[in-house]
Amino acid sequence: MTDAPRRTALDALHRALGATMTDFAGWDMPLRYGSERDEHLAVRTRAGLFDLSHMGEITVTGPQAAALLDHALVGNIGGVAVGRARYTMICQEDGGILDDLIVYRLAGEEYMVVANASNAQVVLDALTERAAGFDAAVRDDRDAYALLAIQGPESPGILKSLTDADLDGLKYYAGLPGTVAGVPALIARTGYTGEDGFELFVAPADAEKLWQALTDAGAGAGLVPCGLSCRDTLRLEAGMPLYGHELTTGTTPFDAGLGRVVKFDKEGDFVGRAALAAAAERAASNPPRKLVGLIATGRRVPRAGYPVVSGGEVVGEVTSGAPSPTLGKPIAIAYVDAAHSAPGTNDVSVDIRGSHEPYEVVALPFYKRQR
Amino acid sequence: MSNPQQLRYSKEHEWLSAAEDGVATVGITEFAANALGDVVYAQLPAVGDTVTAGESCGELESTKSVSDLYSPVTGEVVAANQDVVDDPALVNSAPFAGGWLFKVKITDEPGDLMSADEYTAFAG
Repeated sequence: MTDAPRRTALDALHRALGATMTDFAGWDMPLRYGSERDEHLAVRTRAGLFDLSHMGEITVTGPQAAALLDHALVGNIGGVAVGRARYTMICQEDGGILDDLIVYRLAGEEYMVVANASNAQVVLDALTERAAGFDAAVRDDRDAYALLAIQGPESPGILKSLTDADLDGLKYYAGLPGTVAGVPALIARTGYTGEDGFELFVAPADAEKLWQALTDAGAGAGLVPCGLSCRDTLRLEAGMPLYGHELTTGTTPFDAGLGRVVKFDKEGDFVGRAALAAAAERAASNPPRKLVGLIATGRRVPRAGYPVVSGGEVVGEVTSGAPSPTLGKPIAIAYVDAAHSAPGTNDVSVDIRGSHEPYEVVALPFYKRQR
Repeated sequence: MSNPQQLRYSKEHEWLSAAEDGVATVGITEFAANALGDVVYAQLPAVGDTVTAGESCGELESTKSVSDLYSPVTGEVVAANQDVVDDPALVNSAPFAGGWLFKVKITDEPGDLMSADEYTAFAG
């Protein structure tokens, strides 16, 4: 692909703020505005504002919208109440993960599927193909929405000052249509940071107005603009998987320790059922590798693809790694052989460019907010 | 950003102070520090190490990446900045001052070190 990266509706604003931009999944996105560590800590302690307009929205409508999604995805989508959302996955026939998704039920016969930017076309194609024979329509709505996220403990207070919507009644993984700063928005209590927060789906033409209103409303509470760099360290601390790292077409939800998203007891057949049943059996009886957390005793940072070693043998591979601003130490998520996967295991090292740095295995997540 | 006039610069974005008694101080430029992002770990050459112009002599790790540290000149390391080892963020906050990396007794230097104006044009 030689196409120039796409720009979001907030592009001029990011540049005016002095953002360092990066090409991410074909989009020119803010990596950071200043210090990514400061942005990370702002989300943990105050609030951060993100442009996530690269995410891929797909709308599914019709009398059999629920039946189509129950067939196409691994979760029980028909069981999602109107106004609620569900974290789920779309798998291949062989059980490999095509993408992880959030599905919002906007109305009885209307769902919005939010895919990762890097997989949006794959998910759109798969849903379109799997819709054959169902009385349902699959619509590409990637250009219909800009997506802003406000995340962090101060975010409910900031958002409340701009909307009459019932935020107290809006539970985690719920979404409702409303108006924020005069802008029509789907207000969802979701995020990818491990903090309380909201994601606001709006028309691209309204994005700048909403960004400015949130910036102004949050100034007193310490809200700062945040880039994708801190989004990655926030989700890593929260133990949340990232497609292309922890999740790939070569892994099943069970391999990733996320077998709970697969609902075998739902109505009808679904793509990948037989392979996923076998994967569930394998994960329960004889798991090849398990997804674990690693915490450094030293200061050198593990990166995706670095080998995990023990006793001179390679026993795993790092899928994500970064210095953790909250813990003050390098952390990683890695697939390791089951024999080395128990929390407390301290006979493993990460091969950091030839130097074996000692690490301890811990249960995920690294960070859980106090409620 | 402005690059101090009294320093000279390498294409690998290191700066070199004017030598006193043959010893010069080395650091990375503000441009390089900004490009790296928050530096979280610095592996510096040890006192007594021989460093060679244009060759890797250490590492700087930031949140998103790791970069080799190159020496702009050839010589023997006579000091390493322990403050930066203890607090790598100094590289970001004061790249031309407290964030210096090491001091080297120069035995040879390449002919392509740049002036501040040349480096400013080079870094763009």
